[in-house]
Amino acid sequence: MAPPVASLSAVEVDYPGRGRALGPFDLTLTGGEIVALVGPSGCGKSTALRLLAGLEAPTRGQVQRAAGRGETSVVFQAPTLAPWLSATANVALPLALAGRARGEARQRAREALARVGLAGAEDARPAQLSGGMAMRASLARAMVTNPKLLLLDEPFAALDEITRRALADDVLALWRETRPAIVFVTHNVEEAAYMAGRVVVMTAGPGRFAGETTIDAPVPRPAGFRTTALFRDAVETVSGHLASGMAAAA
Amino acid sequence: MKRLSPLLAPLALVAVLLGVWEATCRLNHTPQYLLPPPSAIVVALIQNAPILALSAWRTLAMALEALAAAAAFGGGLALLVTLSRTLDRAVRPLAVALQVTPVIAIAPLIVIWAGVDHPDRAIIALAAIVAFFPIFSGTVRGLTSVDPDLERLFDLYGARPLQRLTRLRLPAALPFIIEGAKVASGLAIIGAVVAEFVAGSGGAQGLAWRILEAGNRLETAKMFAAIVALALMAAGVHLVFQSLERRGLKWWRGR
Repeated sequence: MAPPVASLSAVEVDYPGRGRALGPFDLTLTGGEIVALVGPSGCGKSTALRLLAGLEAPTRGQVQRAAGRGETSVVFQAPTLAPWLSATANVALPLALAGRARGEARQRAREALARVGLAGAEDARPAQLSGGMAMRASLARAMVTNPKLLLLDEPFAALDEITRRALADDVLALWRETRPAIVFVTHNVEEAAYMAGRVVVMTAGPGRFAGETTIDAPVPRPAGFRTTALFRDAVETVSGHLASGMAAAA
Repeated sequence: MKRLSPLLAPLALVAVLLGVWEATCRLNHTPQYLLPPPSAIVVALIQNAPILALSAWRTLAMALEALAAAAAFGGGLALLVTLSRTLDRAVRPLAVALQVTPVIAIAPLIVIWAGVDHPDRAIIALAAIVAFFPIFSGTVRGLTSVDPDLERLFDLYGARPLQRLTRLRLPAALPFIIEGAKVASGLAIIGAVVAEFVAGSGGAQGLAWRILEAGNRLETAKMFAAIVALALMAAGVHLVFQSLERRGLKWWRGR
């Protein structure tokens, strides 16, 4: 088994004025695995993601991160592109901030854009991109540094069903190239079962572990995967964990 | 015709109002010092065109110098304030107090300090005080209203403070700064005119002085002519800044 890329041990997060937002919660990520964090709104799944990213520190408990600076990427719910920069400059930003030469950064940004199917939109500004294209650019920016750990915070929540399905397949295809560990937060059970090798369900806030399901199927998913018994069973199991997690908290 | 029609209605209204004004003056034989007819104002405007143009230029130059000073000071202070919370708390009330105090109330003080011999300095200082606030508050708002997720992204990639400023905060603030400058440009002209009125001397030779001078001599038509020149100049400045804002935003957003 590959060494852990990141782990949360008995972490708790309290926000001043709002009380406990998360925990105690444990999660260990193995290199190259795809984990979905599923839970009801306000259960602290985005907080857990920020802990894994090192953007926040837990109030109690331990966060271990093997990925160094520039080896962790985050994709937020919104594309979060700088409106004043072209798609290429947006994607090149992580490299520019790391002090890479401008020419090399732009070249790698153009390649990353091509990998997410945005060849030809290099000079477009975020305002000229559709919601799905902007999300793809955001994904290209996350992948341009070849991260070991990719964190997705409800990345497709604002997109229509067709676009989100296409993007789910795109993420899995990208994963196959460099095999980063992926954690993605969602409240969509089917999306979780489709994308992840392991679905971790959290209780209603403050989120704790409610259950876990492993989905043993090839990645990227074969055509018609959503109609297989394996997928349907996984969706049922995750839904069951979710229901018991909400009942436990209520 | 479609492009002209939005202009047609206001022009027609102005023509009707001017016609009524002209007719009333002629029919009532209103004395010229009380209310000159529009035709007399047009004559005064033509006769005094060179001096009015020169005075308008003086007022404009003073307002633009004030705007530049306000931009340097307001922008600089906004930058400092966003770097330190304590400084923000210290400066805010003073900036607001300066903004809500009518410029006409502090004008005599500034005239005394700048020296009666240098009314232009007092005028520039007063116009700069009026123009300061929109630039200051616009820049502060722009620098602090950056998308928090973009800030997190800069955290994640370990951006240095200077990178964060030049690659994130300043470009994100640009639309707010442009908006502040547009508002400030109009205020700078108002400030320059009010200050010249208070200075009450011909030292600066701006449009306010032309109005005062004509008023003192009961040359009411010339007074109106100077007001018309002032309105035209202010409208011109407004149009220029509006077009700069539109172009700036288009460039910033890419469409």
